[in-house]
Amino acid sequence: MTPNAQAIPTGPQQMTRHSRRQMSDKTIAHLFIWPTLLLLIVMNIFPLFYSLYLSFNDYSVIANEPPKWVALDNYEKILTNERSRYWHNFTVTGRYAALSVGLQIVIGFGLAMLLREKFRGSGLITTLILIPMMLSPVVVGLFWKLIFDPSKGFFNYLIYLNPRGGDQWLSDPTLGLWSIVIVDVWMWSPFVMLLCLSGLSAIPNYLYEAAAIDRASAWFQFRRITLPQVMPLLLIAVLFRTIEAFKAFDLVMGLTGGGPGDTTETVAVRLYSEAFLGKFKTGESSALAYIVLIIIIAVSNLYIRALNRAREG
Amino acid sequence: MATIELQRVEKKFGDLHAVKPIDLTIHDGEFVVLLGPSGCGKTTTLRMISGLEAVTGGRILLNNRDVTWAHPSERDIAFVFQFFALYSHMSVRQNIAFPLQAQGESRETIRQRVAEVARLLEIGHVLEAKPGSLSGGDRQRVALARALVRRPAAFLMDEPLGALDAEFRETMRAEIKRLHIEQHATSVYVTHDQIEAMAMGDRIVVMSDAVVQQVGTPAQVYHDPANLFVARFIGSPGMNLLTGHYAGGTVRVRENMTYQVPGDWVPALDRALDGEGEVILGFRPEAAAVNSEGLPATVYATDLLGGYTMLHLEIGDHEIVHARAGRETHYSIGTPVRFALDPAMVRFFDPKTEKAIVREVTA
Repeated sequence: MTPNAQAIPTGPQQMTRHSRRQMSDKTIAHLFIWPTLLLLIVMNIFPLFYSLYLSFNDYSVIANEPPKWVALDNYEKILTNERSRYWHNFTVTGRYAALSVGLQIVIGFGLAMLLREKFRGSGLITTLILIPMMLSPVVVGLFWKLIFDPSKGFFNYLIYLNPRGGDQWLSDPTLGLWSIVIVDVWMWSPFVMLLCLSGLSAIPNYLYEAAAIDRASAWFQFRRITLPQVMPLLLIAVLFRTIEAFKAFDLVMGLTGGGPGDTTETVAVRLYSEAFLGKFKTGESSALAYIVLIIIIAVSNLYIRALNRAREG
Repeated sequence: MATIELQRVEKKFGDLHAVKPIDLTIHDGEFVVLLGPSGCGKTTTLRMISGLEAVTGGRILLNNRDVTWAHPSERDIAFVFQFFALYSHMSVRQNIAFPLQAQGESRETIRQRVAEVARLLEIGHVLEAKPGSLSGGDRQRVALARALVRRPAAFLMDEPLGALDAEFRETMRAEIKRLHIEQHATSVYVTHDQIEAMAMGDRIVVMSDAVVQQVGTPAQVYHDPANLFVARFIGSPGMNLLTGHYAGGTVRVRENMTYQVPGDWVPALDRALDGEGEVILGFRPEAAAVNSEGLPATVYATDLLGGYTMLHLEIGDHEIVHARAGRETHYSIGTPVRFALDPAMVRFFDPKTEKAIVREVTA
């Protein structure tokens, strides 16, 4: 090979290397960030602020009329108008959240305490317990509807509450909400269990040895060591589950659709029906969505404060 | 206050002995140190005394009460763990109060007793802090306070200084010793540090391979080791051990090196070896003094250790003996020297049994 022949291919190579060097780290970073940022702005940030704007307007997406500024009218209507029964939806959601999160914590923590000690098959049992939370809520809603069915379902048969007639779980005004709570607890207690289990396994064994030496009873050890040590994770579980409960929609739709009447109509279900189901009250439902958002942020803040306190001790 | 008695206590994991049957009586107010390399069974022994580990054989008596199968909480003992085992989510005050609260003591009593031990251990200023924010030394003081506050019958300590840096160790060692003298509580202390054991123990239990090698005062295990393991393990460096052939009152260590056995040892060696045989001559570095007419050697290396110089002397075939010398004399490497042994400080071991040969007690 002649020196000339060698020189020819190096030309373009040098070119590429040169142009690559021109693209700085900063440029590359921008290339990665901007598509994501753009997507976020279009899909999240814009709707967020646009719906905030709409919440101060009288507006319907199907009315073919421009939004009409009404200031706080929508909020006032939701929070003060008795006939609109929005307070009822908040009460239902609150009761639902309290019942279902409370039960999930008790049952999840209880299961974690039981599964904490390793025994033959404990790994398999843990996996089996986790199955409900892996299912789609729509599927869960559908087959629990069958389970609750007073004539075909076996739920009444199992709990033997009323062997003659069978309770109308889903269409009973009081049992309706309990049905949803039961399904939610069945589905999400495993999640609480998982969090608690990781918290429990992180407690060093020597603390219990020290406590045994210090003559602490099992109950004293549970109260003074186990509970405070698991508390941060327990609070995270409560936080996650409470936020989820405030957004409860899919299970309610799948099981009762908010009925009978509006006895199980949570805020999210109401929001859906106001915004879409034939009504298309876009402005009013935007205001409702903002109220829910503010409540969730406020509740989360309380929990996070409690969490920080628990972490500090 | 308590007497702890171990009768043929043993621990087996499957076929493996963690602790072979051990007999030991720890007297009231005594400070006994369990000493040995890691994995020798000393911690297991301590945990069996505490009840944290179940025995697989034998009996444990506490003040003549059989506690072999009693729960740790029923034994009235305190345990200080190697890594403190403080309750990280509680303040120092709550940590110390924990054993009292567990017993349901009144608030006033708890306040008083916590203040008392806090004063004793000088941790009054950190009572409201969390253990995580304390130095290693303070954490250990808190752990000690938690043990002391209950006024238990006995203290069990599992390498309590193991997690501290060298500087703190010395201070805490002195503090624990002072506490023991003040409280006069029966204490069992586990360590792998023989200097710590020598400094603290009324008696030392030397363990190795799940077996008790020797029980004795620090002076006994240092000057009269029961076997070769103890001779090597105690002391830094351990005892010098030279194998030789004994016959007629002399030990021939090398071709050109013969050691004249002190007179009071001759009958014992004659009897133990049936007149002649292989023997191991042992002496501490401080028993060897460089002089003009002793055994020949060459200087291999010297360690200037501040207060004194440790000489590494080669006596042929790369065999090294250690000798202590004053710090003022300088020896250059390769210098031929001679060293003599203090006749009161030489010991002899049987190479077959590895046990020490004992002189008859003169009446």
